[in-house]
Amino acid sequence: MVDSQPTLERADDSYATGDDALFQSPVSAEAVRETNREATATAAIAAARATRGGRFRHILPSRSGKLVTGVVIVGLITLFGIFGPMIAQPPRDSSNEALQPPSAEHWLGTTKLGYDVFSQLAWGTQGSLFIGIVAGIVALLLAVIFGVFAGYFGGVLDEVLTLFTNIVLVIPGLPVVMVIAAYVQNAEGLGPLARSSLLVALVLGITGWAGSAVVLRAQARSLRTREYVAAARVAGEKPGRIIFVEILPNLVPLLAAQFIFGVIFAVLGEAGLSYLGLGPTGSITLGTMLNDAQTGQAVGTGAWWWFVPPGLIIAALGAGLSLINFAIDEVVNPKLRLAPENAKRQRRAAKAGKGVADTGAFA
Amino acid sequence: MSFYLRRVAFYLVTLWAAISLNFLLPRLLPGDPAAIMLGKLRRASGGRPLSEETIAAITSILGAGKDMSLWDQYVAYWGRLLQGDLGVSSTRYPAPVADLIAAALPWTIILVGVATVISFVLGIIVGAWVGWRRGTWLDHLVPVTTVFQSIPYFWLALVLVAVFSVQLGLFPIVGGYDVFEFPAGPELSWAFIGSAIYHAILPAITIVLSSVGGWLLGMRNMMVSTMSEDYVVTAEAKGLTPRRVRTKYASRNAAIPSLAGFGIALGFVVAGSIVMEQVFSYPGIGKLMIQAVQGLDYALMQGVFLVITLTVLAANFFMDLIYGFIDPRVRHNG
Repeated sequence: MVDSQPTLERADDSYATGDDALFQSPVSAEAVRETNREATATAAIAAARATRGGRFRHILPSRSGKLVTGVVIVGLITLFGIFGPMIAQPPRDSSNEALQPPSAEHWLGTTKLGYDVFSQLAWGTQGSLFIGIVAGIVALLLAVIFGVFAGYFGGVLDEVLTLFTNIVLVIPGLPVVMVIAAYVQNAEGLGPLARSSLLVALVLGITGWAGSAVVLRAQARSLRTREYVAAARVAGEKPGRIIFVEILPNLVPLLAAQFIFGVIFAVLGEAGLSYLGLGPTGSITLGTMLNDAQTGQAVGTGAWWWFVPPGLIIAALGAGLSLINFAIDEVVNPKLRLAPENAKRQRRAAKAGKGVADTGAFA
Repeated sequence: MSFYLRRVAFYLVTLWAAISLNFLLPRLLPGDPAAIMLGKLRRASGGRPLSEETIAAITSILGAGKDMSLWDQYVAYWGRLLQGDLGVSSTRYPAPVADLIAAALPWTIILVGVATVISFVLGIIVGAWVGWRRGTWLDHLVPVTTVFQSIPYFWLALVLVAVFSVQLGLFPIVGGYDVFEFPAGPELSWAFIGSAIYHAILPAITIVLSSVGGWLLGMRNMMVSTMSEDYVVTAEAKGLTPRRVRTKYASRNAAIPSLAGFGIALGFVVAGSIVMEQVFSYPGIGKLMIQAVQGLDYALMQGVFLVITLTVLAANFFMDLIYGFIDPRVRHNG
């Protein structure tokens, strides 16, 4: 579609001259290289798009099969989470018969306490989505503070913020969440907040931002050296304005991708935490459903309709969000999309007998 | 050399940060975990008064009253830690925390270690192949792996148990070995090792199934990017065999980021296996952690958290050293 080769080479030069941060890990070094390369490619694509699409065309992922599938899955689950609780019976109505398999009356059967599983699932989806979105926002804010600020300002601030990010990155997440949850939830001073979904979401957000910060920092560092940022600086713009007006808008695809990662991380984290009995007590989430199923011996008694649906919703939600991320990824890194297409074209040409080698790396 | 010095410095700082976090959490968060813990211990010991020694251990781990400054507490905390004293467990009173961890650690390390290596190797090989055959039907494999990646570890474990253990009766439902056959606990015999392997199959399959997708995807994407590098074109133009181009030119370079990610991913595998161990009642470190958290056994919880962090840090450090050896660019550029 676009000849992005020359710009790619320029990006490769720029990373070689990058400063050597004292505690930069090989992982982030690799990320820098990758995103530098991606950055210029995005710019090239954006330039090509701008000529034929609308104003915001360049930040929207192209309409691919992956994107459509992902949006449909996530959309359906979100609609279920919003409207499901309105039409289903109350989730804690124990007047039904206990442990009924799926039937016309109870589409997904009932639990040991006679709760309707379909209704629980609707409320649980809503609860999990709430936690995922709140935690995703918290994680994204922290990632912007630690990633973009470090990448843009550089120097000592960068060293300190990057060191902190890398420390948070290597300390395993779930154990920290468990420890914090165990302390906070048994504290008396917090009142009703102590075991609420909001608190669970905050804990998950506070522990889940480091990976995004590494990616955003690499990108911000590459954007800092662009002419238009330099021009803004020379024109006397304040650093805050440069970050919010010049840098962040160019990070929108990455921010979206990182937010989606944050949501997946939080939904999975909440499920694990709740399954262990550390989740919110007041509200229903997909994780607390699984916890109820565990304590109710659902696996041993073969009540599959109790524990299979919540896991399927989590898996479908995660897969749908990942598919959207793929679509974003293919925009940010055009090689991922262009290379298979080229290979396909070449293979077709070889089949048609057009004299291109039909074996080897490019067939 | 300075690369290795920098890495050593980073891990020392991280270690210090992790231990300090462990020290600060019970003291800065609201609540009084030391009082809760002492109450639990008193009940566990049957109402008899606790020894001075035990009380001193608990207050140094979880926080003393206002009569001691935070700095003095910090010094005392480090003193105890360096002696390997992690306090006494209340859920398994009067077993010392350090002994409980020592008994549980090998189970997790062997299970998670072996399963992770299998998953990594499998993901790299299949990912390299899928990346090589880009643009064919194999590309559709990519979205499928994400479904596996998005499945919660423990839910997959639940389904596997329901199908293979409860319905088909092929595998044991819980435990790390047959407790009826070996009532005295673990022993060093072939029969015991066989029993342990038999019990480890389903947990290992769970870990491999839910982590292989990430490796496969990362490797495939790197392979696709690497294949459009100039040196691969050159190798092809020179007339090297496709096999040689694939293995010696493309795969070798494409695998580097995956190796770098190995350490970080290990943290996720450990986290995932904590919850999974609960499903299988596997006698590993995750089960211990869950037991501690559920029983509000703060001393045990702190000890397990510290050991998990140490293990993950050690694995990361080891991977970094190997990485510096494999990819000289990080040593000079990083």
